[in-house]
Amino acid sequence: MDEGLTAEEIEIINDMPSRLADFSKERGMLIPVLQMLQDTLGYLPKEVIAIVADYLDLTESDVYGVATFYNQFRFNPPGKNPIKVCLGTACHVKGGDIILENFERKLEIKEGETTPDREFSIERVACVGCCAIAPVALLGETVHGNMAPSKVEGIILRIHVEKEKEEREKQKE
Amino acid sequence: MNPDTKEKSYQIFSGILEEAQRRKSEFDADPAPKIHICLATCGIASGALETKKAFEEALNEQNIKARIHTVGCIGHCYAEPVVVIDYQESGFPPIFYPEVTPGKAKMLVKFFLKEGDPRLEHVLGATQENEMIPSVMEFSRFNQEKRVVMEKCGHIDPEDIYDYIADGGYVAFEKALRRDPVEIITEIQKSGLRGRGGAGFPTGQKWDLARNAKEKDKIVICNADEGDPGAYMDRTILESNPHQVLESMAICAYTVGAEKALVYVRSEYPLAVKIITKAIKQAKELGLLGKEILGTTFDLDIEVFQGSGAFVCGEETALIQSIEGYRGMPQHRPPYPVHKGLWGKPTVINNVKTLASIPPIIKKGAAWYRKIGTEKSPGTAIFSIVGNVTHPGLVEIPMGVSLRTLIFDICGGIPNKKNFKAVQIGGPSGGCLPEDFLDTPIDFDSLTEAGAMMGSGGMVVMDEDNCMVDVAKYFLDFTQNESCGKCTFCRIGTMHLLGILDRITIGEGNPDDLDILQNLSEDIKSGSLCGLGKTAPNPVLTSLRYFLDEYKAHINEKRCPGMTCRKLTAYYIDLEKCARGCDACVGCCPVDAVFTTSNRKKGIDQVLCVKCGECMVACPPDYDAVMRVSPPELAPVIERPKEAVEESK
Repeated sequence: MDEGLTAEEIEIINDMPSRLADFSKERGMLIPVLQMLQDTLGYLPKEVIAIVADYLDLTESDVYGVATFYNQFRFNPPGKNPIKVCLGTACHVKGGDIILENFERKLEIKEGETTPDREFSIERVACVGCCAIAPVALLGETVHGNMAPSKVEGIILRIHVEKEKEEREKQKE
Repeated sequence: MNPDTKEKSYQIFSGILEEAQRRKSEFDADPAPKIHICLATCGIASGALETKKAFEEALNEQNIKARIHTVGCIGHCYAEPVVVIDYQESGFPPIFYPEVTPGKAKMLVKFFLKEGDPRLEHVLGATQENEMIPSVMEFSRFNQEKRVVMEKCGHIDPEDIYDYIADGGYVAFEKALRRDPVEIITEIQKSGLRGRGGAGFPTGQKWDLARNAKEKDKIVICNADEGDPGAYMDRTILESNPHQVLESMAICAYTVGAEKALVYVRSEYPLAVKIITKAIKQAKELGLLGKEILGTTFDLDIEVFQGSGAFVCGEETALIQSIEGYRGMPQHRPPYPVHKGLWGKPTVINNVKTLASIPPIIKKGAAWYRKIGTEKSPGTAIFSIVGNVTHPGLVEIPMGVSLRTLIFDICGGIPNKKNFKAVQIGGPSGGCLPEDFLDTPIDFDSLTEAGAMMGSGGMVVMDEDNCMVDVAKYFLDFTQNESCGKCTFCRIGTMHLLGILDRITIGEGNPDDLDILQNLSEDIKSGSLCGLGKTAPNPVLTSLRYFLDEYKAHINEKRCPGMTCRKLTAYYIDLEKCARGCDACVGCCPVDAVFTTSNRKKGIDQVLCVKCGECMVACPPDYDAVMRVSPPELAPVIERPKEAVEESK
């Protein structure tokens, strides 16, 4: 097993046969199966690709070929605080790339990557549909509109502060 | 269908309709104030859920009974979160409130619902004609629209099928069930409805081909794989009025003789997936879908398939490939999907907007529909207008309205006293049109003639501060990423186009590039199989045609006229205007590029500066000292004092 897998992930992967049982063994089920697994795990570790290939009687390269074709599937774990920067047309016109660059610089990772402590990940997304408050970034499910570079710092700082506070409270207990 | 069954289906439907009307009159008769909150994705993004919570809390605190009615999106994105309060006892008509934050919500409960003062300073208008408050219909953003597809969006609860039925929903389907399929096709052909997915193929003809296909087990697919990065009307329709789409799919399936249907919706639209899934369940429970629909022999099973985010899957053959579990690569046509589609069966694929146009046509007739729009493009068009425009959002207008009316009258023109430069229509497949084309009527043929296209209906308005080369590059970057890789010209050609545009925007373009861009674009158009490749160079071609000057400025003078391309611009601080002791720009700079000069004014370290523009925003209007110039050499050099260098270390 990949040394990057967490105990929880290993448990889910071991439990895969029962999760797959709901799906019939047809090629048409490939994408729904991959979607279900990504929903559960947050990404598709390579161990999963092999199991899916085996279940649907496809080659691993076939499964991998389909999974990499679609933007939805990711192959590295998302961070605890997934950041999505909208680069839809309206956000681009209003400087969304500057926002993305600021996140990348602050977190020292590129889009599509996760920080080594799995705390943050950055993704670029196409239109999230609130063009009126462009440029927009999402932290988890929360939308932050009218983004500016200084807001980027604020968002990251707030997460750090909250985390420290949590840790302090844990220590008190 | 024999007369007995017809009678039976009519009676069953009448029962459902009665129940819906009973619920509606009960709701209407309730004297408690009604609060309608728009809760589609865009509303939620702007904080509508917090607003709803604030209403609930405030109502509790003040001990007021009111009914909260969640509705879909009304299309006025600039005003989100939108709330309409209907408080008959106060004597006021229903009132439309824009930008209702949680604080405003609490205030409205206190002042309006408790004390009867609607706080007119926060009102946009009344939603009905009256003598007290100007109606929203007096604003052109409202009165110049013509709502056919989105008529009920923002007025009904998308999660309650009875709300739709009480408002005339499923009547067209019930009517269709009593008619001969051939008659329905003739009606649609007469209406002149053309596919709203972008290409504009006559819908009636598509249905006719499918009906005449010999093979059995036909399939109907609703294409909601909206991939254009600036268009979201399909999502809005699914989230705000899913039943209109389902009703239409049922009419289509009955007409062509299909018993299976799929809604292909992007998984990036979780709310749309949730709402359409719930809608299917509700329709089944009422016997409007499933087995022996309304007591007839017609069966229809509708499922949801979640697309995985590939722009090319909006192309029908690629869409089919992806449902079958393959990479979404377009296939050669013929055979067309209406003959040999999903799993090899005859398949009708219609866009969400096309489908949503059908129930009104069946209900009100082809002649009524013909009266809207133009001769060759009847009906309405829906645009999502974004970018530098005062009132962005979704607008449904009759075909034939001019771009000028749409942008300046309906959407309020360009904000901040800037000048209009261009409008990009049709997303990555469309083109940029300059001011000269503002009087072009909006319809399939006129736009194609001008070099743009209806496409998905995305429309981005650009002002003088936008760079056309940068916009072309943006769209190319998108299509290059989304090219499925099947055709060489699309796969490699778009990459080279993008490479050239990249060079131009960083000031490394050379005069030959213009010819290469032109020729390569034309080659990509002729050497690609599907619509993606055939239209991918459009943003480049139209910007070359109408904004050649800007390309030349980038190449010859290394200057970006829109001051957007960051390699070609620089920020500096005008020492004449800069105020001693103000540190606004220093604090906001994300890379510590702003330093203090020896006389306590500020300078920008051009090496460190990432040109984000924060200092320009931060500089107080009284000083307005931050300047932006292109080419960057125009910025005066201000030496960083030695001590400042050491300090920054």
